[in-house]
Amino acid sequence: MTDDAVPIRLTVNGQAVTATVEPRMALADFLRERLRLTGTHLGCEHGVCGACTIMVDGEAVRSCLMFAVQADGATVTTIEGVASEQSLTPLQEAFRRHHALQCGFCTPGMVISAMALLERCPHPTPDQVRDALSGNLCRCTGYIPIVEAVIDASRQP
Amino acid sequence: MKPARFKYRRTHDLGEAFRLLEDGGADARALAGGQSLVPAMNLRLARPTLLVDLNRIPGLRGLRATEDGTVIAGALTRHSDFEFSDLVAQRLPILRAAMAGVAHPAIRNRGTIGGSLAHADPAGDWPALCVACDAQLVLNSRRGERIVPATEFSRGFFSTALSHAELITEIRFPAWPRNRHWGHQKMARRRGDFAIAGVIAVIDLGDGGQVSRARIVVFGATDAPLVAHEAGALAVGRAPAAIDANAVGKAAAGVAPFHSDLHASATYKQELVQTLACRAIAQALAGSNMA
Repeated sequence: MTDDAVPIRLTVNGQAVTATVEPRMALADFLRERLRLTGTHLGCEHGVCGACTIMVDGEAVRSCLMFAVQADGATVTTIEGVASEQSLTPLQEAFRRHHALQCGFCTPGMVISAMALLERCPHPTPDQVRDALSGNLCRCTGYIPIVEAVIDASRQP
Repeated sequence: MKPARFKYRRTHDLGEAFRLLEDGGADARALAGGQSLVPAMNLRLARPTLLVDLNRIPGLRGLRATEDGTVIAGALTRHSDFEFSDLVAQRLPILRAAMAGVAHPAIRNRGTIGGSLAHADPAGDWPALCVACDAQLVLNSRRGERIVPATEFSRGFFSTALSHAELITEIRFPAWPRNRHWGHQKMARRRGDFAIAGVIAVIDLGDGGQVSRARIVVFGATDAPLVAHEAGALAVGRAPAAIDANAVGKAAAGVAPFHSDLHASATYKQELVQTLACRAIAQALAGSNMA
């Protein structure tokens, strides 16, 4: 920690958090290393793969392209915060039902991006789903089960 | 993949931002949406010693219309603000359509028009859109305000008219004439990826139904957006049905020498620009995109 460290205060998954961070610490690293919320994954660290996608003040963002200092005062939701303990959201259930994950590395970012889509557009077409998830890379599934899972979740009552 | 050390200052005051940037010297940078600067920092292609965060300066984000129909965008207006704005959908439909094709939703939620213009990536949509729409850029610094037309803002590859410690504060889009049609075409290897080439066509029809003005803008394949004046001139004075889109496309492809790179050869880029120009004109004339 250097003299440049900055105090921050934010809400993460409903919990108030205070910390002192170096400016260069990515929000993703802060979540993973300081808060031990390791569900947020880091793949490319330059905004291409989407694995680190989280919600900040209600909007999906890349947590590798935002510094923790910038989240001062923000409300953050990570994959750990989308469902209550021991349960899954209907979207997560749909991912499981459709085998929309294999290794699972991309899944947290996929789920957050899909959540953001369904909030804005509750009944998307498959093409809208593909567009919304175009910034999330998956090396296992071939994407088709992921699109099916999101469409299925959008049809749940 | 972690950025080098830097100092961080957040300010709520534009005047203080100018002072911090001036005092910070050549390696001080303004932080807007961070969707280009932060990747460059993570890759250590950029190593600013000081970041001045503009995000909490009030009044820099948002869209409004003036009485004469000009739409004014604050420099920190996010791409997604344009994408979901009714004002933009009604007054400047090309911007809304283009934003839906910029990168990905999570990037559009952070990336800003001002940041994109200042970054001046040849593949960026904003510099080309601003040229196509005759936008005026309002620049501010401690020396005061100046207004630069978008056509004079680009100075080549990743280069702009901005001087050190000068910031874009707003972008002014003049009201569209009643009978304006547009086409926006770009080609990338993957959805949301950087465009290898793009072409924008903005075509105005006069009272007699003839083309009164045609602006064709080529981007991505050139160092900066370029207006293909000769291509536009081929359409002016003609009825839409009498426009030879292939000839216009060919003229657009002659706007500059293209250079081969990792993604495409010069010949491919030339053919791509010609094809995209044809498509942009066809899209504009089809009128399917009228608001």
